[in-house]
Amino acid sequence: MDLWQTFMDFRFILWDGIVETFYMTFVSVSMAYVLGLPLGVLLVVSGADNLMPNKFLSSGLGMLVNTLRSIPYIILIIILIPVSRAIVGTMIGPSAAIVSLVIAAAPFVSRMVETSINEIDQGVIDAAKSMGATNFQIITKVIIPESVPSLIRGFAITTITLISFSAMAGAIGAGGLGHIAIRYGHQRNMTDVMIVTIIIIVVIVAIIQFLFNTLAAKIDKKLVS
Amino acid sequence: MCYTGSILRYVEWGVYNVISLDNVTKIYGNKVDALLGVTLDISEGDIFGIVGKSGAGKSTMLKLMGLLEKPTSGEIKILNADVSTITPRDANAIKKNIGTVFQGFNLLAQRNVEKNIAFPLELIKEKKPYIKARCAELAEVVDLSDKLKSYPVQLSGGQKQRVAIARALATKPKIMLCDEPTSALDSFTTREILKLLKEINKKLGITIVIITHEMAVVKSICNKTVVLDEGKIAEMGKTSEVLKNPKSPITKLLLGIEEDETL
Repeated sequence: MDLWQTFMDFRFILWDGIVETFYMTFVSVSMAYVLGLPLGVLLVVSGADNLMPNKFLSSGLGMLVNTLRSIPYIILIIILIPVSRAIVGTMIGPSAAIVSLVIAAAPFVSRMVETSINEIDQGVIDAAKSMGATNFQIITKVIIPESVPSLIRGFAITTITLISFSAMAGAIGAGGLGHIAIRYGHQRNMTDVMIVTIIIIVVIVAIIQFLFNTLAAKIDKKLVS
Repeated sequence: MCYTGSILRYVEWGVYNVISLDNVTKIYGNKVDALLGVTLDISEGDIFGIVGKSGAGKSTMLKLMGLLEKPTSGEIKILNADVSTITPRDANAIKKNIGTVFQGFNLLAQRNVEKNIAFPLELIKEKKPYIKARCAELAEVVDLSDKLKSYPVQLSGGQKQRVAIARALATKPKIMLCDEPTSALDSFTTREILKLLKEINKKLGITIVIITHEMAVVKSICNKTVVLDEGKIAEMGKTSEVLKNPKSPITKLLLGIEEDETL
């Protein structure tokens, strides 16, 4: 089995797959953060003993996030077919997959953001309060800036999770590398194509992890020597 | 005129009370550290020590003085303003006059020294050139001019506390509240920080309130001291007198004169 030969034979198809995977992942990860970041901040600040305690909001958001997170992604895709149709006009292809990817990722992101924020030393928030900072100032000038390195690490985890989710979406015709693996590797029994696809995904994941880890380490002033 | 209660507080003519607590009670639902009917005055220029065992109400007292909490009953005046039932917005305006220093320094880890000192000035939206000049000035006061671009992780405990002191001074406060400012420091660094606080009190005329469980701290810089025990004032007066002639068992205990039978 000559994997290099397979790679060369399929290079155009693979390239399209890579582009589609990147497109799906990055569009959905960005949109998931647009929704998930404020949601995560709200989850934290509405908690008991926090900046703006609100039992109703806190338990409501918590329940929404937990519910969405407990639906297996493959089922979420099917449930959301009508929604995808309504928003992007189709139920197949990368753009249609983005709808379900965003809905799956936003609650995931909100929990990642919540964890990052909870890592901050409560003392700095107390200090800001003692200086007369408003809640808005505490969020924008303390909570978010102080958790940036951790948020970046979370962003890498989210991106990698979405790459694997997008491969799952490939199973129902969303395109991308997952679709290639299933169409050729599985349905046509071409094991070498399957292996090449997996190698490409592994490499992409490794690169993303490395890049974001490096970035986080560079930005994190707790690691300055 | 029903004035006798408070006239005693102005006995020393011309002395201005920057902080006054009148029969202040603070009770928490389930937590300890309550205050029960405390009355005291802190005059301008004082270095006022608050001592007591943990749970005696020291932290609660500081939180009330720092407008982080409201009393359950009683009246608190800060710089002659009644703050007992103040709205959060008005409280934030008064907080500009109060600098706070903490045991754990509480610096922003992602900001360098200069940006940490600048933080309270950013909150009140001062202009950038003013902030820069003020940070340079303050760095000189705390002797850290060469560390402006360093990050907290690169500093020693004493240096971090000096940054925190500079930050507390940024908005030119009249009052500085110190919550166990030296408890995380070794004895040498403790002396340095106490010396700095004394200097600030003398040169800048800032009234300082210090919470501590170390009698040595009180002894070295506080002119007045209150000893708290279970939310009440056990003893209060000039530090020299409290130390020389302690009356309450708790003061003796803290001074190590009386043996603790529970040990």
